[in-house]
Amino acid sequence: MATDVISESGGRSDFWQGVRLSMPVVVASAPFAVLFGALAVDNGFSVLEAFLMSALVYGGASQMVGIQLFGQHVAPWLIVLSIFAVNFRHVLYSAGIGRRIAHWPVVQQALGYFILTDPQFAVAEARAQSGQTVGFAWYLGLGLPVYLFWIVESALGALFGKLIPDTHALGIDFLLPIYFLGLVMGFRKRPLWLPVVIASGAASIIAYKTVGSPWHVSIGAVAGVLLAVILPPHHSGVETRP
Amino acid sequence: MSTTFWIIIAGAIATYLTRVGGHLVISRFENIHPRVEAGLNAVPAAVLTTLVAPELLHAGPAEWAALVVTAVVSLRGGLMAMFLAGAAVLILARQFVG
Repeated sequence: MATDVISESGGRSDFWQGVRLSMPVVVASAPFAVLFGALAVDNGFSVLEAFLMSALVYGGASQMVGIQLFGQHVAPWLIVLSIFAVNFRHVLYSAGIGRRIAHWPVVQQALGYFILTDPQFAVAEARAQSGQTVGFAWYLGLGLPVYLFWIVESALGALFGKLIPDTHALGIDFLLPIYFLGLVMGFRKRPLWLPVVIASGAASIIAYKTVGSPWHVSIGAVAGVLLAVILPPHHSGVETRP
Repeated sequence: MSTTFWIIIAGAIATYLTRVGGHLVISRFENIHPRVEAGLNAVPAAVLTTLVAPELLHAGPAEWAALVVTAVVSLRGGLMAMFLAGAAVLILARQFVG
């Protein structure tokens, strides 16, 4: 039937339009996927476990945090809690994107939320704000290549990581703090960024010295979040909401 | 099944809950309290800072140089540019100061 053909070809071109938009994300995330794989093996993961974590968790920063804590022999529940804490920002993406994809069938929505990463949210939200529909084919075209490259490159990084002889000379052990500092700087336009960073930084160092690792992560994070909650709303830039 | 396997499964479930949970929970409310929203906004910077700050305690000249360069490059470049700049400085500096 003519209508089927039209909607199908429309879906196909939507898919490829999404794929085109995914390419910068694929390129930018490639080094981190390889880095994750190499660091995972360095911290005691097998190649299969590194691959599984990328395929099932699919959240770069949280995977880095997870393997770093794993390497420090932190209690398993605390590793899971840390992964949850690092990924907690997705709650806001989820709340934001929900109204854009509410017209999809439930199974497609369930899949859509699984691949809801930072760039996926940013690009999809930008499309919605420009007045275009966020369709499933387009959304999948945007997200699927990033996902597939991410898991394959993680496995390659894990295989490669076993071959690195001197991780200290290559700086492997200190790449994560550099990466995390980069992420912290990426949020610097947010209201209260500097006070939150100072509070979390100071609290985590004090906790690291007194209570010890890994509690400094939770204690430092709570200190920063509490500061943002306690400060009057007009400082935090959210009071303008209706 | 190994402990690592269960950490991965539980981490995956926790992550999926954050990705679907905002829609399921927050969308039921007409308004989010401004203080709650301010707290949620602060979550990424607060958590990530705690992963960097304690490293400063045992950072040597090479590590400090790398972090300073990363911060400076971040004012202009994207995540990839600052990461590569910081990593390059770190590797280079470690050849001289160990």
